[in-house]
Amino acid sequence: MEANVEARPVIKIEAPAVRQDEGALPAEQHELKMAARDVNLWYGEKQALFDVSLDIFARQVTALIGPSGCGKSTFIRCLNRMNDVIEGCRMKGDIALDGEDVYAPQVDPVQLRARVGMVFQKPNPFPKSIYENVAYGPRIHGLAHSKAELDEIVLKSLIRAGLYEEVKDRLNEPGTGLSGGQQQRLCIARAISVDPEVLLMDEPCSALDPIATARIEALMEELKETFCIVIVTHSMQQAARVSQRTAFFHLGKLVEVDETTKMFTNPSETRTQDYITGRFG
Amino acid sequence: MSDAQTVDRQQPRMGDWASADSRRRLRRRYAADRRLQAYGIIAIGLAVGLLGVLVTSLVITGAPAFLQTKVDLEIYVDPAKVDAQDPAKGNFRLLVREAMTPYIPTDATDKEKTEVTKILTSDAAYILRDYVVAHPDTIGKRITLPIAVSDPFDQLNKGVIPKKVEALTWSQELYFERLKNRDVVVEEGGRTSLKLDVYIDPAKVEMGPPPSGDFAALARDSLQAYLPDVHDTALFALLADDVPDAIKLRVEADPSLIGKTVQVVFPVAQPVAELAKGETPMVLNPRFSPVQIQAFEAMEEKGIVRTPFNWDLFFNADSRFPERAGLAGAITGSFYALLVCFLLSFPIGISAAIYLEEFAPKNRLTDLIEVNINNLAAVPSVVFGLLGLAVFLGFFGLPRSAPLVGGMVLSLMTLPTIIIATRAALKAVPPSIREAALGIGASKHQVVLHHVLPLAMPGILTGTIIGMAQALGETAPLLLIGMNAFIPSVESMGVLEPATALPTQIYSWADSPERGFVSRTSAAILVLLAFLVVMNMVAVALRHMFERKW
Amino acid sequence: MIGYILLAIVALSAVGYYLGRRRALVSVDGRQHELHSRPNYHGAYVAAWVGIPSLLLVLAWLALQGPVINQLLLWSLPLGTTDGLEQGQIDLLLSEIRSVAAGNIFGEPSLVVQEAAERYQRWQAIAAYAMVVVALSVALIGLYLTSRRISPEFRARHGAERVLTGLMIACSLIAILTTLGIVLSLLIEALRFFERVSPLEFFFGLNWEPQIPIREGQVTAGGAFGAVPVFAGTLLIALIAMTVAVPVGLYSAIYLTEYAHPKVRATVKPIMELLAGIPTVVYGFFAVLTVAPALRNFGEMIGVPIAPNSAFAAGAVMGIMIIPFVSSFSDDAIAAVPQTMRDGSYAMGATKGETITKVLLPAALPGIMGGILLAVSRAIGETMIVVMAAGIIATLTLNPFEPVTTVTVQIVTLLIGDTEFDNPKTLAAFALGLVLFVVTLALNVLALHIVRKYRERYE
Repeated sequence: MEANVEARPVIKIEAPAVRQDEGALPAEQHELKMAARDVNLWYGEKQALFDVSLDIFARQVTALIGPSGCGKSTFIRCLNRMNDVIEGCRMKGDIALDGEDVYAPQVDPVQLRARVGMVFQKPNPFPKSIYENVAYGPRIHGLAHSKAELDEIVLKSLIRAGLYEEVKDRLNEPGTGLSGGQQQRLCIARAISVDPEVLLMDEPCSALDPIATARIEALMEELKETFCIVIVTHSMQQAARVSQRTAFFHLGKLVEVDETTKMFTNPSETRTQDYITGRFG
Repeated sequence: MSDAQTVDRQQPRMGDWASADSRRRLRRRYAADRRLQAYGIIAIGLAVGLLGVLVTSLVITGAPAFLQTKVDLEIYVDPAKVDAQDPAKGNFRLLVREAMTPYIPTDATDKEKTEVTKILTSDAAYILRDYVVAHPDTIGKRITLPIAVSDPFDQLNKGVIPKKVEALTWSQELYFERLKNRDVVVEEGGRTSLKLDVYIDPAKVEMGPPPSGDFAALARDSLQAYLPDVHDTALFALLADDVPDAIKLRVEADPSLIGKTVQVVFPVAQPVAELAKGETPMVLNPRFSPVQIQAFEAMEEKGIVRTPFNWDLFFNADSRFPERAGLAGAITGSFYALLVCFLLSFPIGISAAIYLEEFAPKNRLTDLIEVNINNLAAVPSVVFGLLGLAVFLGFFGLPRSAPLVGGMVLSLMTLPTIIIATRAALKAVPPSIREAALGIGASKHQVVLHHVLPLAMPGILTGTIIGMAQALGETAPLLLIGMNAFIPSVESMGVLEPATALPTQIYSWADSPERGFVSRTSAAILVLLAFLVVMNMVAVALRHMFERKW
Repeated sequence: MIGYILLAIVALSAVGYYLGRRRALVSVDGRQHELHSRPNYHGAYVAAWVGIPSLLLVLAWLALQGPVINQLLLWSLPLGTTDGLEQGQIDLLLSEIRSVAAGNIFGEPSLVVQEAAERYQRWQAIAAYAMVVVALSVALIGLYLTSRRISPEFRARHGAERVLTGLMIACSLIAILTTLGIVLSLLIEALRFFERVSPLEFFFGLNWEPQIPIREGQVTAGGAFGAVPVFAGTLLIALIAMTVAVPVGLYSAIYLTEYAHPKVRATVKPIMELLAGIPTVVYGFFAVLTVAPALRNFGEMIGVPIAPNSAFAAGAVMGIMIIPFVSSFSDDAIAAVPQTMRDGSYAMGATKGETITKVLLPAALPGIMGGILLAVSRAIGETMIVVMAAGIIATLTLNPFEPVTTVTVQIVTLLIGDTEFDNPKTLAAFALGLVLFVVTLALNVLALHIVRKYRERYE
């Protein structure tokens, strides 16, 4: 594990041609952050992903949509190697972060997950205080060298997650005592406390009411300035509202990926069209 | 907010993951992870290893008890000593003694003859009596009867205790070594001796003539002076018995020595002399007398000493002599107690479980019952013993030590187990079956008795067997109600008669001072564990056989 | 005698079953469908009313006959015989009368005793006959009354089912009766103890010497009953047991739930649970046979004198016995922490070890604590290991290498071989039993409460 972390092999992944037509995003938005090539994945005997290739760009929100069980959650769990902890899960293909192979033997999943953070469907604050929840990441990764530094990180994370004003008087109360939306924002604060480069969000609003959902969506809008965000959602409206690029998954295959505006107005695949217009899913 | 963000974008990322510092930290974190894993493996290894040590030590100590040394003794059933009309009154002790004569040296004293008969179990005469009473036609004939040998010879034959032991203790060897270093050990007249300065203390010696006094004390004092830090009487055992004479002779020869210090040469004891020659001095194990060993060796030479499988362990009842003690009484007692326990707890447990699971309304009474059942499962077993003592023996006046009372106490302890298992089994029967039966017009009682209970029976039986296995191993409550009686014969046993049980027998044997009972205790434990293993295997098999996917 | 009565009652029940069934069939001339209930139910109804009341009567009779006859005997004795006698001496007198009546005459019993013995024999015989008569007439009355009720419209099934339900309720009540029996018997005997020895001395006294021989006529004499050294010894041994069991149990549970391959888990878990299935008398012998000598040799090697019945040997072996308790409770508690907690921690870049120590263990702590409390209660109530491997003399010490005694050891040694309920020595065992019962019950209730609270949190 301690083998030279610096000497990561760089796998060559060609940047896709950036569309220059009308309505496309400005070129500076297209800084390639993560790339997946021919990703196949099996749970035991059952194949869950088939040849998925997808580019994820920095400073924008990429939404993964598709009917349930289509492999979108499985796919984002590949991006920070969360599937490693599942017994009997096998993966083939390449995934790169800043051009470095994420699955290279010398890449440590523990460090990778600090760089690629994750927020889950159901808010899952630890049964600790609000403060300790946010301090967890900096503590285990040793990011703070003093109590003051740690306080600052916690404070900053809570502010960025838009939770600080609501909890500033009860930082030592258990995180499980917050409302669902607050809990989810606490989880976001926890995830960004280690300053990840990519933030994966697996249906972060599916357990929340519309008001809490709106707050999280507004938060994503702000966070995308700093983090590359990938969100899995089953709500097409949400994808349309928050994302710049959308990928449509179906039966473990990536059907189509394009800029969100294009996807929702003029998809090239009929299956996408059918899904978006509500004919199945 | 937007200000903060623009600042953020300019700042470098917090974690510099490639730095040496960060790599060191990562190494430490993984080391902590591996450490935790190692602790886990050590803990499991410890638990499993201790189980292994437990079983191994029981098997090693218990295995010899499954064999028993016996002597095929040829006995002449002398009609002069056994009346054919009333054989039970014969003088069998004398017959056994006569049968031992060929192995007794002709010049042996009476005391030595008695010692030789002690090679056999003290029950030998009774074994012969029982045999002759059962076979009266043998009177006047020569018969060959296998008779168990007494415990020390059984152990000797099995190699558990040695025939000879080292004559000197480790510390005595050390004392001799130290004396050697003081240059007082000499060879004189072919004997290894100690050349010591002796102060002829006038306080301890009378002038005479002839001079008298405690010369042995003088020798001891002088020896002590060489090793002043040793306070151990074993030191003086280094000297031969004729030491006082050596001083006495000197004083006799020259009375003027009194009050002076002289150099005397003391011969050492025989084993010390052997040690000085570089041998390991051995003596006969003090548990045997020379004549016994001689006789036993003669028997071995004649080929009549055998070590067959010890069926007595299973078919004899208890005895004060380990070589005759068996488990038949304990197994019978346990059987009776478990029978009573089963007859009480099985129907009562099932009825209670059916009521609570199928019929009981949800009210305070049923809540109270449930709380009670759960708490009873955790009450220490010794408290059940107190209950049995105060209520069954004290209040109802039932007989002490009886399997009936034991079984009643055990049934109170197994009830929670059976009730809980039965309820789980009833719960596992899917509602569809109840609904189907109710649908064709069966009453609730009929549904439960005809449909649900038969389907739940394998689960109930599994739980019951496990409960019975627990009851079989319970000791403390049986001790309190006195079910650890000494039962030398199985015939008199009954549900209302005093009895012992397997675990209480183990306890009694473990408490016995005779060395042979150590091995018997382990063997009894192995038998108990074998019963438990079989019962649990039956329970598991039952569960597998009737495992149903609804 | 009793066997024959029971047999007669069973036979009468069978007759009742047959009669009831026949009467039902006859009443409709064999046309079964005209009956409200099937004939079997009529039979069962009659049989139940024949057998159950008479059976209960016999049991009650048997339970009460002894005390009643004893009381009658005492009243029948010439005036003044029992004046100024202690309860113990009265019991002695009664048992003398009984043994004379049974024909075991030792020495020359007094005239009073001989006469009483004759009365006793006579009353016993009368009581036995009376029981037979009463029981059988109850059975016959039941037979008569119930069989008269049989008619096509009679709802025999409902009647039979009501009887069955009643029986089932009675069986369920046995759990309550057992608890009641425990509480009452402990409480009554303990109160009798506290009449003789002040509770103050018992709970705070530092001197425990109950084994002073107590002869006849000296019933109230002797013994020191300050139980503090006994309590302290119990706690010391329980503490030693827990220091062995908690780390081993907890670490093995951590390994088995989080690190071990499922196949390893499937083999190792049952092996660990074997430890809980071994009877405690076996552990006791193991302590005496293997552990104590090994400890003593080890002590000799390092120059620490270790007693052969040291608290350490008994406690350590008890710890081995308790390992599976701690490990299975910890295992359950750790496994009950939702997967999302693990995901959350891994997603933050935590290693497995960090996830376990910083997230899972704190989350599972209540469950683990509940399990540990149950284990403590188990250790305090454990009897055979300490009876065989710990000491009998009560010494107040914290040195684990010295022998100490425990509550359970005292209960067993005080009661083995002696059941006269009338000296403080025997009664002391019940006072100790009461303390033991209350403490273990409190620990159990607390533990179950914590565990239940914990389960609710994640359900």
